Amino acid sequence: MVCDLCSKNVATVHLTEIINDQMRELHLCEACAREKGAEMEQHFGLQDMLAGLADLGEELGEEIGDQLRCEGCGMMYRDFRKIGRLGCGSCYEAFKKKLVLILRKIHGSTRHVGKIPARTNQNVSDKLRVQELKRKLQRSVEMEEFEEAARIRDEIRKLEKKQ
Amino acid sequence: MKINDLLNQTSEWLKGTGPNAEIILSTRIRLARNIENKPFSNWATKEQMKQVFDETLSRLSEVKTIKAGMILSLKELAALDRQFLVERHLMSKEHAMHPDFKGLLIGKDEVASVMINEEDHLRIQVLGSGFNLRKSWELADKLDDQLSEKITYAFSLELGYLTACPTNTGTGMRASVMAHLPALVMTKRIGKLLEAITKFGLTTRGLYGEGTEASGNIFQVSNSVTLGQSEEDTLEYLERFVKQLISHEENARRTLLTQQRAELEDRVWRAYGVLRAAHIITSNETIDLLSTVRLGVDLGIIKEIDRLAVNELFIATQPAHLQKMEGKELTPPERDVKRAAIIRARLGETRV
Repeated sequence: MVCDLCSKNVATVHLTEIINDQMRELHLCEACAREKGAEMEQHFGLQDMLAGLADLGEELGEEIGDQLRCEGCGMMYRDFRKIGRLGCGSCYEAFKKKLVLILRKIHGSTRHVGKIPARTNQNVSDKLRVQELKRKLQRSVEMEEFEEAARIRDEIRKLEKKQ
Repeated sequence: MKINDLLNQTSEWLKGTGPNAEIILSTRIRLARNIENKPFSNWATKEQMKQVFDETLSRLSEVKTIKAGMILSLKELAALDRQFLVERHLMSKEHAMHPDFKGLLIGKDEVASVMINEEDHLRIQVLGSGFNLRKSWELADKLDDQLSEKITYAFSLELGYLTACPTNTGTGMRASVMAHLPALVMTKRIGKLLEAITKFGLTTRGLYGEGTEASGNIFQVSNSVTLGQSEEDTLEYLERFVKQLISHEENARRTLLTQQRAELEDRVWRAYGVLRAAHIITSNETIDLLSTVRLGVDLGIIKEIDRLAVNELFIATQPAHLQKMEGKELTPPERDVKRAAIIRARLGETRV
């Protein structure tokens, strides 16, 4: 593979760059990478290009975002912007407003549709139970089993109140 | 089982068996998982890392699927041993670099492994020979199920498995195949195909993962999307693309055989000749020549050696493997001499 910039030397450095919300891959030789690296560092302050992803949340206003703090682990959003890695699971909730934009850019979606682990915390299993009950409720209504439907509705309410 | 025992066995992914093994060297499934309510490894204090390390080690030792292998604390390993494990694709380069409170679990046959305290608390890996996404996924899925009975993962219904890097959020799954595509490179068709890859939500890398160069005409193709797509669908997309890649490579090989047979044979036999005659050889040159020889074996041009012999040389000639076999550390020039000697010993020396 030849260098994308000079088209002469063999590319040994591979970068993912994000400019104006567009992600692109760059394959560079060492000399060009060094030059590019200096340029990038001015943009992001770090070699880790993933950190640059965090800048995608910009439209929310820099100051507000940077002050977001995760109660779970103490990470500030600006820490995430620097290192490109989150501090703990709770960061997803704490930085949600910004992260959904980033996740959508990367994956084109913000909704998990895959596997669910066998063991989950109470919160997740309650939500799963509610989903299941809602399906049952619909079925009961369709079958005109209104007593059963009322019972299920009450159970759903109880679970939803808990959350 | 000890690390040195691995020297005497061929990793499953190098066996050259399994579907489409003449083009797809190996299939890998990696799952990123974290323990609930614990900071991710990069943000954790030493004390918190140790806690995760101790906790997961005790849990992992209860899991049947990987019980038979070994559990390693990276801090206790020499740098050479760590590099050796990277070369065998049992763990990442990043994992080897900062060994404090990092662990590695290896199944007996080296198919399954689990990195502890890499960027995520757990990185489950299944690495099999040939093109076998379903089989590898089934095993990874099973291992993951067994672990999730003992560990409560960081998981949300909306976003799935919560990972240190948002590029893994969701399924946390990276499925990849290592494809040997010498004919597509020789016929200069590879560029266009790789360009098309991103449209499928896929990405390519070199032999040793992220940020490495595709050497020896070996390309790693993997999914890049983990959110909004089920594991099954992700595997399906990747499988469909790889099937196309295989048929393109097959076509290119046929083209070479029919239209440029003399040039192809010349190239293959020259590569074979250099490998059997050289007394000093770098690992880059070795990989390139082995790639050409491997093509020659796959196309029946070279009949006196088999695919397994070539595959084994791919790994035996890597720096840490050479030094482990020699039983001591070697300088790069010493390695180049030793490498040439091993290749001559295995392929049969040519004397003029």
